[in-house]
Amino acid sequence: MKFSGRVHKFGADIDTDVIIPARYLNTFDPGELACHCMEDADAEFPAKVKPGDIIVADKNFGCGSSREHAPIAIKGAGVACVIARSFARIFYRNAINIGLPILECDEAIDAINEGDEVEVDLSRGQVRNLRTDEVFAATPFPGFMQEIMAEGGLINYIKAKK
Amino acid sequence: MGMTVSQKIIASHAGKDFVAPGELVNCKLDIVLGNDVTAPVAIAEFAKLEMDRVFDEEKIVLVPDHFTPNKDIKSAEQSKIVRDFARKFGIKNYFEIGCMGIEHCLLPEQGLALPGDMIIGADSHTCTYGALGAFATGVGSTDMAAGMATGEVWFKVPESIKFIYYGKMPEWISGKDLILHTIGDIGVDGARYMSMEFTGEVISRLSMDNRFTMANMAIEAGGKNGIFAADDITREYVEKRARRPYQVYQSDADASYFEIREYDVSKMEPVVAFPHLPENTRPVSAAGDVILDQVVIGSCTNGRLEDLEIAASLLQGRKVHPEIRLIVFPGTQQIYLEALRRGYIETFIEAGAAVSTPTCGPCLGGHMGILAKGEKALATTNRNFVGRMGHPESEVYLSSPAVAAASAIKGRITPPWEV
Repeated sequence: MKFSGRVHKFGADIDTDVIIPARYLNTFDPGELACHCMEDADAEFPAKVKPGDIIVADKNFGCGSSREHAPIAIKGAGVACVIARSFARIFYRNAINIGLPILECDEAIDAINEGDEVEVDLSRGQVRNLRTDEVFAATPFPGFMQEIMAEGGLINYIKAKK
Repeated sequence: MGMTVSQKIIASHAGKDFVAPGELVNCKLDIVLGNDVTAPVAIAEFAKLEMDRVFDEEKIVLVPDHFTPNKDIKSAEQSKIVRDFARKFGIKNYFEIGCMGIEHCLLPEQGLALPGDMIIGADSHTCTYGALGAFATGVGSTDMAAGMATGEVWFKVPESIKFIYYGKMPEWISGKDLILHTIGDIGVDGARYMSMEFTGEVISRLSMDNRFTMANMAIEAGGKNGIFAADDITREYVEKRARRPYQVYQSDADASYFEIREYDVSKMEPVVAFPHLPENTRPVSAAGDVILDQVVIGSCTNGRLEDLEIAASLLQGRKVHPEIRLIVFPGTQQIYLEALRRGYIETFIEAGAAVSTPTCGPCLGGHMGILAKGEKALATTNRNFVGRMGHPESEVYLSSPAVAAASAIKGRITPPWEV
């Protein structure tokens, strides 16, 4: 799977409270959650994010609460992929489980800027900065996680195995 | 090679004699937990599997505690989804308003979480049960749904970091100070994906309530779980509550650790975490002049009887500062009732505090104590992220109940010895 999108860049330790503040957790509708996605980190984000855009962030993205509403909000906003130096573990699981593509790619983080166009090849685990034509290799996923992602999430994976 | 206590619990639930860090395993679950925010998402995912029963009606625990008593119509709808599901599927451990509590105070109290258990909860502070010598970790709603359906979860076996606490505990130092100090040392991702094992002479004397506080905040260092090997203090707590057999595990002498860190507690001071990360810690005497608007005592971190006891001892015969709103949240109905019997609740109300029914409300900025723009709160809770308790331009500081009570009296961040 290959796609490209415009980058929104965030710093380190972006927690799930800023990805989707608890004041909006009285719903789990992806569209409603998307209207407030990342708003405590960047109040303009819900208005400026376009389907297919890509989030690039520093270490420990998605730390804090276990709320699956965080990846649901990001996916609901149309974000195609999150690339981070590292992910907090619950967010990592949640993203895979709901079928939000994520990549850990240490080198790419410093070399990609806000507004860059980036091409992601999920099957090869490659990130290409289309502005500079630099190519970065992401950390590969274990086999069964790739299977979960290929099925579009954990529930489909369980259904397929039943 | 030996195993850590975490490895042993994982191995026993994966049907293996030995598991190594990094290995991927499927584990059988003793408890699957959810609340009124996370369970509705899990229930919707579970429905997609079109199953007519859950894997075990006794092993699922549902606690509507986040936005309850329901704060608005949407929250009421979410609680109703959980209640209806519990009735339809015959879930034995559903806790309604009036007998509920904050989930991580409630499950140990009710004897639902026990030593040696493998527990997942769709709440990041599920790691609290590590205080009992269980392997307990937070997951999302889809993992919860899969757990309810299959009774299993996949894990990567974590590396362990061993923390050794030694020396004589000074007055006013609590489990909260030990864990904040630790997070300040290793950072909010210092134990990312790893098991935090708490050991040492200080830990062997530490009460269960203080152990719960420490295990609760393992996630604030990125930990997969925080764990205390069960001992006589654990047994005393568990024996009168357990309604099923349990297994006690110890780490082997030759178990391997990613890292071992030692802390001399004898010179430690109460710790305050400054906005906007739990790792931004300072000794209370170096806090400077932080004028507060609100103080919150309670939550799954510090809403237990010992927490209320120390707060009451400081507030006894004193008044909350006129420019402070002090809100006290007992963790469960049982804790509330015992605090009432012991006179703590009377002390709080006489001092000018508001006392609330158990709820997660203010800790996550849900309800019952939201902050306005520019306001500052000191809380005994677990997170001080941007906007955590309200407006994105408000500030949250974290501390022990002793520092919180002293600060409520003085109106600014204050060491307990100054009261």
